[in-house]
Amino acid sequence: MKPSTAYRQYHPKWYRTRVSTLWWSRKWSYLKFMLRELSSVFVACYVVILLLQLHALRGGPDAYQGFQDWLKDPWLVILNGVSFLFVLFHAVTWFNLTPKAMAVRLRGKRLPNVLVAAPNYVAWLAVSALVVFLLTRQG
Amino acid sequence: MAETITIEVARYRPEQEGEPALQSYEVPLNKDWVVLDALNHIKDHVDGSLSFRWSCRMGVCGSCGMTVNGEPKLTCATFLSHYAPGPIRVEPLKNFPVVRDLVIEMTDFMEKLQSVKPWIVRQDDPAPAKGEFLQTPEQLDEFKQFSMCINCMICYAACPVYGLDPQFVGPAAIALAQRYNQDSRDQGEQERMDVLSQHEGIWGCTFVGECTEVCPKDVDPAGAIQQYKLAATKEWFKSFLMPWSKQ
Amino acid sequence: MTDSLSSEMPSHDVLLVGGGGAGLRAAIAVSEVDPNLSVAVVSKVYPMRSHTVSAEGGSAAVIKEGDSLDEHAYDTISGGDWMCDQDAVELFVNEAPGEMLQLEHWGCPWSREPDGRVAVRPFGGMKKERTWFAADKTGFHMLHALFQTSLKYRSIARYDEWFVTRLLVEDGRVQGVVAIELMTGKIQAITAKSVIICTGGCGKVFPFTTNANIKNGDGMALAYRAGVPLKDMEFVQYHPTGLPFTGILITEASRAEGGFLLNKDGYRYLQDYDLGTPQPKPVLRSMELGPRDRLSQAFMKELEKGRTLEGPYGPYVHLDLTHLGKKIIDTKLPFVRELCLKYENIDPVSELIPVRPVVHYMMGGVHTDIQGATPLAGLFAAGEAACVSINGANRLGSNSLTELLVFGGRAGRAAAEHALQDKPLSAGIEAQAADEKKRLEREFLHKSGGTEPIAGLRGEMQSIMEKSAGIYRTGTLLEEAQAKVAELKERFRQVAIQDHSHTFNTELTAALELSYMLDVAEAVVECALHRTESRGAHQRIDFPRRDDERFLAHSLVSHRPDDRPRVEYLPVTITRWPPGERVYGRPAAPAPPG
Ligand SMILES: Cc1cc2nc3c(=O)[nH]c(=O)nc-3n(C[C@H](O)[C@H](O)[C@H](O)COP(=O)(O)OP(=O)(O)OC[C@H]3O[C@@H](n4cnc5c(N)ncnc54)[C@H](O)[C@@H]3O)c2cc1C
Ligand code: SF4
Ligand code: FES
Repeated sequence: MKPSTAYRQYHPKWYRTRVSTLWWSRKWSYLKFMLRELSSVFVACYVVILLLQLHALRGGPDAYQGFQDWLKDPWLVILNGVSFLFVLFHAVTWFNLTPKAMAVRLRGKRLPNVLVAAPNYVAWLAVSALVVFLLTRQG
Repeated sequence: MAETITIEVARYRPEQEGEPALQSYEVPLNKDWVVLDALNHIKDHVDGSLSFRWSCRMGVCGSCGMTVNGEPKLTCATFLSHYAPGPIRVEPLKNFPVVRDLVIEMTDFMEKLQSVKPWIVRQDDPAPAKGEFLQTPEQLDEFKQFSMCINCMICYAACPVYGLDPQFVGPAAIALAQRYNQDSRDQGEQERMDVLSQHEGIWGCTFVGECTEVCPKDVDPAGAIQQYKLAATKEWFKSFLMPWSKQ
Repeated sequence: MTDSLSSEMPSHDVLLVGGGGAGLRAAIAVSEVDPNLSVAVVSKVYPMRSHTVSAEGGSAAVIKEGDSLDEHAYDTISGGDWMCDQDAVELFVNEAPGEMLQLEHWGCPWSREPDGRVAVRPFGGMKKERTWFAADKTGFHMLHALFQTSLKYRSIARYDEWFVTRLLVEDGRVQGVVAIELMTGKIQAITAKSVIICTGGCGKVFPFTTNANIKNGDGMALAYRAGVPLKDMEFVQYHPTGLPFTGILITEASRAEGGFLLNKDGYRYLQDYDLGTPQPKPVLRSMELGPRDRLSQAFMKELEKGRTLEGPYGPYVHLDLTHLGKKIIDTKLPFVRELCLKYENIDPVSELIPVRPVVHYMMGGVHTDIQGATPLAGLFAAGEAACVSINGANRLGSNSLTELLVFGGRAGRAAAEHALQDKPLSAGIEAQAADEKKRLEREFLHKSGGTEPIAGLRGEMQSIMEKSAGIYRTGTLLEEAQAKVAELKERFRQVAIQDHSHTFNTELTAALELSYMLDVAEAVVECALHRTESRGAHQRIDFPRRDDERFLAHSLVSHRPDDRPRVEYLPVTITRWPPGERVYGRPAAPAPPG
């Protein structure tokens, strides 16, 4: 027990609970929050990789080839994989909160949340399909 | 002897002790009792020095928010039998300084509430004698939900962003700002936007959604925050792309 | 302790004791008279926690075509069994629409018609539809709109969670209050040129009540102790439909929307008590939409006949909303459904709601004129704590919220005018405040060895009040209560206080509240004993008739130290509506000649 500062009459002595280090493990929603915070590290890594890529591009075909080889390093594959998962996670979070941010109404009735979020997913699928199409056509 | 249940209450008497400690009481497990009834039983018949706030006992005054078995709850709407066979732990709301026992300090919220200008702002000011401002039931519906907030502080207790950064305006105050922004009679959105954008805190909210989850009145403060962010982003883009458009 | 009270004695122009609907309306009114006047709102709870928050049904004001101010006045006066001052009522119905529109401009989310105009609903005892509502959380929305609007006035200073213990009176005028700051325990004098009492009702004097824990008649007792008479304290309103055990109110709006009251045989028993004949749809001023006093009395008669049901918390009858359907219930009465589901585990869409009469409202209060001024210079009162009187012997539902606005506003303006006269503070005030501090320390904070637990005394007071000053009263029972209350007051000197701390000491406030309630109980019993007639909410089995000859008059009860209180009478002001028979559910007899 820590010694407390003494109470002085008519001066309230408030107790401030410190946030415990493991507070985020108490709840799935808190954990998700922490994961989103944590994702910034990976996003930063991704940005660095992108910058390196640009740098390599400027350095000519050889440098770019070296960069591509470097990308095959298993650590980097894992890093990129994790970043990708986080991006997915963010996408889902933001899609799910569109119905919160915009109350869409049809004939005076508020549309159910699923219906508002759905177009996001549809658009997402469409864009992904397009990307897959472009990639496979080239290959 | 009727059935009883153990209730562990966080006691903190600043004039005697340095930090809170739990104290156990046995109370009758009456099926009609809420947690608040048990606390009153203790205060009336066991230990008169137990301090907590309450008033309406019908979930509308917002006084009786406490942490019950780790969750923020209105104790007048939380039945004892729900936690049988016990024990039940009752603590003050998290994220606030504790004044004494189960009483927390909430002037911080009162100041934040005032800062978001929770009143009708009009450029013109027609005399009431001219009649009411017309407002259709649909227009009323736009903000009705946000106007149901009883200021019980339960959402603040559940908000990790507020816990980590007490500067954060917080769920209920933003919901109430949004309540006026969405009111067809109001013309103060810009003023409120200026106040809310002053602090970064709002961007710290990455949609934990707990505030909406715990809110006993279905106010959906998380929705209000997202609406506000969207509006602020639009505003930002506008001033970025068309700097001359700023009035 | 060396700190003197004066070193930092804050002073204001107008001080409000209470931050409910009446208090906040008054505070804004003062600021509107003169934004330079400094206003203090002193409240024992944060203003938005005040009990106005729990009012459900609505607030009356004439707004629709086909209605008239005179009809509102007549409904109010006949509903009050001709005990209302008619000049006050006329003024009230006149100013009501303006006040309600003002509140609309301040953002109150009134329920609307499809075309955007304010909607109104029928209400008990009202001949026309004129009750404005915000779903079934009218008081909640009104209070929050007022509170949030009050935040924009820089001249309003708030003393949140300050508990007033005494009025400071010197040289025949009130000059401030002494209050305890709950957070720190500091006992502090706050001076002011005018003081307005807006402390609300006193339902907690009784065991079963819709009233919150904070409704202890504080302001009535403060005024009473300062020598100001209380008026019409025998008129206590029972609401016919409270939930057993909790006393939570099921709003009259549920009957206005078409709910039925059924006895144990499923029979709409009100038809047996001269309240009209049952119709499938609600009929104004008839059956379930009769006035509250008559409905509560009918319950007691059913009880006598053995036609009520029996539950763990006493007798009850059923309120039937099932025929309204889910849609009406969810749009017009969502809070009723929420309360039933949360507190009784009953869904009114498909089940009957158990209800019983519960103490709801105090028609009486601090004696004021139509400006809200009391006989003590500088002291004003408004809201449920005051008695103007527009409620007479029985308040009509939805008049009270409007009263907060009309008379809160009037008292605020009158108090502002009074403050502008700018009289200096009397020299003796500081000493008086110091005395009060010593009293609180001697009698409570530093006292040990008390033997009477607060809860015990409170329980005994509540049960004797229910037994003898309830829906039906007799002289014998009232005399018993008179002796009992005196005994309880004596025993209160030995009240046991375990908590001697300064920080948020709620045992201290509970003791002080009990002492206020004992004074209020004394006043109620005294007035009820003296009024040997039956009128409105005051029903004497030993004097079952209304006696206009002797009692068309307000009771004024004054405190006398070391003696029984004195009861005097003040004639009721009659302007245009001579006393007549109260008729519900059938056409009224032709008006008496004259
Ligand atoms: C459940 C319920 C439903 C109702 N429904 C309706 C309705 O539908 N329509 C209608 O017209 N009326 C209704 N009423 C009646 C109406 O709500 C009340 O009469 C009215 O709200 C009283 O308001 P007030 O401002 O006088 O007092 P309150 O709102 O009770 O406020 C009292 C204030 O005084 C303060 N106070 C008290 N004592 C002290 C002290 N010692 N020191 C400092 N501050 C103090 C409190 O903190 C509080 O701020 C209802 C009442 C109840 C209980
Ligand atoms: S938003 Fe909900 S949880 Fe938060 S203060 Fe308001 S009512 Fe309470
Ligand atoms: S006591 Fe009022 S909300 Fe619980």
